[in-house]
Amino acid sequence: MGSVAVRPRRWGVGRIVRLVLPPAGVGLAGLVIWEAVVRLQQIPIYILPGPWLILQTLVKDWGTLYPSLLVTLAIAGAALLVATVAGVMIAILFTQSRWIELSLFPYAVILQVTPIVAIAPLIIIWVKNIPIALLICAWIVAFFPIVSNTTLGLNSVDHNLLNLFQLYGASRRQIFWHLRLPSAMPYFLGGLRISGGLALIGAVVAEFVAGTGGAQSGLAYRVLESGYTMQIPRMFAALFMITCTGVLIFVALTALSHLVLRKWHESAAEREG
Amino acid sequence: MIVRLRNVDKVYANGVVALRGLDLDVGEGEFLSLLGPSGCGKSTVLRLVAGLGEVSSGRIEWSSAGGPAGQPTGDIGFVFQDPTLMPWATVWKNVLLPLKLRRLAPDESAPRVREAIAMVGLEGFEKAYPRELSGGMKMRVSIARALVTRPRLLLMDEPFASLDEITRFKLDNDLLALWARQRWTVVFVTHSVYESVYLSTRIAVMTARPGRTAGNVAVEGPDARDEAFRTSPLYNEYCRNVSARLAEASRA
Repeated sequence: MGSVAVRPRRWGVGRIVRLVLPPAGVGLAGLVIWEAVVRLQQIPIYILPGPWLILQTLVKDWGTLYPSLLVTLAIAGAALLVATVAGVMIAILFTQSRWIELSLFPYAVILQVTPIVAIAPLIIIWVKNIPIALLICAWIVAFFPIVSNTTLGLNSVDHNLLNLFQLYGASRRQIFWHLRLPSAMPYFLGGLRISGGLALIGAVVAEFVAGTGGAQSGLAYRVLESGYTMQIPRMFAALFMITCTGVLIFVALTALSHLVLRKWHESAAEREG
Repeated sequence: MIVRLRNVDKVYANGVVALRGLDLDVGEGEFLSLLGPSGCGKSTVLRLVAGLGEVSSGRIEWSSAGGPAGQPTGDIGFVFQDPTLMPWATVWKNVLLPLKLRRLAPDESAPRVREAIAMVGLEGFEKAYPRELSGGMKMRVSIARALVTRPRLLLMDEPFASLDEITRFKLDNDLLALWARQRWTVVFVTHSVYESVYLSTRIAVMTARPGRTAGNVAVEGPDARDEAFRTSPLYNEYCRNVSARLAEASRA
């Protein structure tokens, strides 16, 4: 009789330090060089502000930037939520019948490959309510990875397991809940991780387009506005916030994926040795 | 007699003729091995008996006690070549699956799952996930899952083929011990002469594709089979005999 392989919990302080220290060091060095170059070359702040000044601006303008962040985050979050619900439902619909998938999948692809920048103005004109228009844009960008990944997952059922379910007289409903859905989970979570970042990008792009049309909304509008008024440090501060938000979304969804899969899926399993 | 196959043909959609005129009787309580060259349709026989496919022609007849005519009763256990476990479910939940699919009440199913896990010697591993288990242990889970419905007929499709020899011998012995205690009927597909002689009460030798039974060898070995039997002259005699039959059937 073998023994159960014990998975060590190795999220100790040492591991976190090893994971965080090298990239943090590179980042810090980059910032120091940036600051030094800006000061030594006396680069004007409307061309390139130094990181220290950007940080000061971030603190000073937090009162205007933070509410804008919340607006962008709300749009991206709502778009991701709708993309998840709609994406999973469409994927389930696809797996119900080969014909449905064949007839509809090309349109999902078309929606995906059409540049959002090009259709965002139209959507903003058609939909009078700006937040809803932005949400639609972000949704269009975010939903495809979830649809395609979940569809792939639902169709990637182990044939022997399917035979086994049939042998024990499983109903379609039982096969769906106890076999297809769990099989699709890793694929779905992979799609979700991609869609999280895309929802933010979609929201920001749409805000840019709306902003050039005069509608005020979110962090992207702050970037645009700062550009118009030559408040370059504030522009960088807003950009920095967008990037941080994207990273946070990615980290959160990765953690979620790890949490769900860690018990059984190879992608989340810690290797021995 | 538990199930009888008469003049069964199986032609797959791609035109491959897997079985041609196959006759096979499976008697109550026997340990029957289907032995044949690879690709001879041994697995197809099991799938047809399990109701996982339709015969192209011929009949599969079940004994009256086995339920409605022509229908498998559901009290069939199937062990695949691979463990075929749900990776997202614990050992307990994997073994529980057949009962859950039949909507058995939890208080009824729990003792049976416990019993099946105990039978294959996996007590203490109920909460483990398949990826935490060795190949042999996964196979044990698969066997426990097949036994949990207390089947009359256990179908095994080269279940130990992918295991190392030491694990395989161990599982062979454990399977025999279980069979001696429970006396279900077993149909065991294998391409190993030695394994079939060691395990079976009867060996049905199959021809190369299209498969049919070329002959039967009753193995009248000792009831308790162990390492002594594996090295006995009687065992060797049977192996020689069965090998000759197999060679003959492969040529035919």
